[in-house]
Amino acid sequence: MRVVVAMSGGVDSSVVAGLLHEAGHEVIGVTLQLYDHGAATGRKGACCAGQDIHDARRVADRLGIAHYTIDAEARFAQAVIAPFADSYANGETPVPCIRCNQTVKFADLPDLARDLGAERLATGHYVRRVDGPDGPELHRAADPARDQSWFLFATTLRQLDMCLFPLGGMEDKRAVRDVAQRLGLGVAEKPDSQDICFVPAGDYADVVGKTRPDALEAGEIVTSDGRVVGRHDGVGRYTVGQGKRLGDAAMLRGERQIVVATEPGRRRIVVGPRGTGTDTVRLREVNWLIAEPAGAIRCSVKLRAREQPRPASVRIADGATTVTLDESALPAPGQACVFYQDERVLGGGIIVRDAMSLPLDRLTA
Amino acid sequence: MKTHYLDANATQPIRQAAREAVAATFDVVGNPSSVHGPGRAVRRILEDARETIALAFCGRPEDLIFTSGGTEADAAAIHALSANRRILVSAIEHDAVRSACPGAGIVPVLSGGIVDLHALEQRLRDGIPSLVCLMLANNETGVIQPVRQAAALCRRFGALLHVDAVQAAGRIPVRLDDLGAHSLALSSHKLGGPAGCGALLLAADAPFFAPLIAGGGQERGRRGGTPAAAPIAGFAAAVRASAGDDPLRLGALRDAAERAAVDCGAVVCGDTAHRLPNTVCLALPGAAAAVQVMALDLEGIAVSAGAACSSGKVQASHVLTAMGLGTLAGEAIRVSLPWNAVAADIDAFAAAYRRVAVRLRPALAPHAGRS
Repeated sequence: MRVVVAMSGGVDSSVVAGLLHEAGHEVIGVTLQLYDHGAATGRKGACCAGQDIHDARRVADRLGIAHYTIDAEARFAQAVIAPFADSYANGETPVPCIRCNQTVKFADLPDLARDLGAERLATGHYVRRVDGPDGPELHRAADPARDQSWFLFATTLRQLDMCLFPLGGMEDKRAVRDVAQRLGLGVAEKPDSQDICFVPAGDYADVVGKTRPDALEAGEIVTSDGRVVGRHDGVGRYTVGQGKRLGDAAMLRGERQIVVATEPGRRRIVVGPRGTGTDTVRLREVNWLIAEPAGAIRCSVKLRAREQPRPASVRIADGATTVTLDESALPAPGQACVFYQDERVLGGGIIVRDAMSLPLDRLTA
Repeated sequence: MKTHYLDANATQPIRQAAREAVAATFDVVGNPSSVHGPGRAVRRILEDARETIALAFCGRPEDLIFTSGGTEADAAAIHALSANRRILVSAIEHDAVRSACPGAGIVPVLSGGIVDLHALEQRLRDGIPSLVCLMLANNETGVIQPVRQAAALCRRFGALLHVDAVQAAGRIPVRLDDLGAHSLALSSHKLGGPAGCGALLLAADAPFFAPLIAGGGQERGRRGGTPAAAPIAGFAAAVRASAGDDPLRLGALRDAAERAAVDCGAVVCGDTAHRLPNTVCLALPGAAAAVQVMALDLEGIAVSAGAACSSGKVQASHVLTAMGLGTLAGEAIRVSLPWNAVAADIDAFAAAYRRVAVRLRPALAPHAGRS
C-alpha cells in the first residue's frame, strides 16, 4: 500500500521509512519545515531548512523513495508557537509537542496523505496502535524509557485509524539504531533531538518574550497568605513545582519553598512549602480514545511526561472533567493529565490553571 | 511508471547535437589562454561557439561574455551596468535579478502579467540615471514582456535596459538589435544545452563598468576564470538546434494541455497576454500548489510550482502575487513543455490532472479553524 512517512531527518522516522520500504510498501517521505532554522539557531546565512531536512532527503535517496518538503512555517507559528507563548503568559507550562501532534502532525498530515492517495500515515513515535474489537487503540510503547503515549493523548480516533507506529514494539533505541545501520541509512548514530525543536539554541523565554513580552515582566513572589517574600523576573519563567529562581524566597522559616501557583493577572508567583499538593485536577480540551464514560472511572494518570502512573478516578459532570488523585500531587497547569488502563491510553486533557491558583485554601501542605 | 517531463522552464532535456558537441570537446586537451597548438584548438572551439551564439541573437561576437549560467549573467550585467545608477526591476523578475539588487525599485505589473509601462515611464521621468531590468518572458506564466517599448522608453530617458532572456531564448525569436536593450542574459540548459554555462550579450553601445569576477583577465578582462569549453560547445550546438524547433507544434500541444486542465476547473494565469508557446500556469482554486505538484509527481508527471528553494519546499509565487491573484498565487502549477514533448505526454498529463483534481477538490475544507 501507499504510505506517507513523516520524516524528521532523525534516526527514528528514517527507520520507519526503511522498514516500510523493506516490507514492500510504496513509501512517500514527507518532511515538514516548521520554522526558519537559520533564524532559530542565529546563524547568519544558514538555510531556512537546516540539516535535518537535508538528512531526510538523503535517507529517501538511499531508499529510492519519493520525498517532499512541506512549508508548514506559517501553520506551525499560528498553531504551536503562538499558543506556546500565550500559555506561558497565562501562567501555564505548555507542552508544544502535544499541540504540534494535535494540529500539524496528526491533523494536517493525514489530510495530505489522503490528498496523495495514501492509505496510511506512519510516524516514528514510540507508541503502539493495537486493533481491538472496537477499533484502533493507543497503547504505550514496549520500551518504557521511550514511551511517547503521553504526548499523543489528543490524537482523535479518526486520526489514529489512519496511523501506523512501527517503532512502538521496538525493544529499545539501540535496536532502532541497529536497523538504521543494517539498512545503511547514514543517520544510525545521529544524536537524539533535544528539548523543544524550535528553540534549539538558547532560552525558551526568548521565544516567549518575542510575542508575549508581558510574560517576562517582573513581579512579586508571595506566600499563599499574600505576604510578599521576593521578586521574580517574569511569570513565564516559572512552572508550578519549581524550586529554582526563587532567590531569598527559596527558604522561608527553615522550609524549602516551591512555586505552588502563578497569578499572571497580578504578575505574582505564589510559593509554598515543598510537599504542597492537591488531590483535585480539573481538565480542559479532553480527548477520549474510548467511548466517553458516563460516570466515574478508575484508572491511572500521568501528570508529567516522565513519571510513574498514579491511581486516580476521572469523573465527567456537567460537561467538566475532574480527576481525583488517590494521593495529592502538585500538577502544573498547561501540562497534560493522561489516563491509562495498564498499557492502554484511555484519554486525557490539559490541566487547568484556575483550579490551582484561586482556591489556595484548598491546597494541603 | 514512465515519467512525463513537463518542466522545461526548470531545465530542458539535452539535445543530441549538444551531447555530441560536449563529448567531442572533451577529446580536445588545452586551455584557450595557452600559446601552444592544443590551446589554439580549444580557443577555436570557444570562438566558434561565441560567433554562433552572438549571431543567433543578433549581437556582435566581441560583445558576448561567457558565464557560468543565467544567474551569473544577470548578476554580471547588474554589476557592470549599474555604476552610479538607480536600479529599477519589474515585480516579476527572477530571483537571479532580484537578489542581485535587493534595494532596487519595483515596477509593478498589470493583472495580465505584463509590466506596467506607464508606471515605468513615471519612474524614469525624474531623469535620475537608471538601470532597468525587465525579463523577455516570465518563467512562471510564460507571458512575453513589451521589451521593445521598454527599451525605447529607457533610451528616451537615458536609462540602460538589461533583459533576462533566459526563458525566451530558444522558444521565440530573440534579436538584441531589434529589442534595443543594452544587454541580454542567456542560459545554455534552458534551451537544451548542458547546465553550467550561459552568456551575457552586450549591445554595441552598452557601457561596461567592471567585471563581477576579474580573475586572470579572460573574456577580454570582463569575466575571469577558464571558460568551460565543453559545455560552451554544447550550448552553441543547442542554440543552432533550437532554431529547428516548431513553435506551432509545441503551442498546439500546450493548448491541448491547457484545455484539459480548464475542463477540470483550472484557471489559466496570464492567458490574456502573448505567451511562450511551451508554458502554461494553471491555478486550481482551493488546492495547494505544493500538493498538486506532489500528487502529479506520484502520477509520473513532472511539473513545478512557484520557486522551489534548495530545501525543495514550495513558496507562494511572487510573480502571481504581483499580478494580484491573491490566494490563487499559492494554488498554481507551471506546466512547461520541453522541445521534445509529444502528444502522449499531453494525454498522460490530462488523465493525471483529472485524477488529481477530482481527489483534491472534494477536500477543499479550509485549514484554518481545525484543531
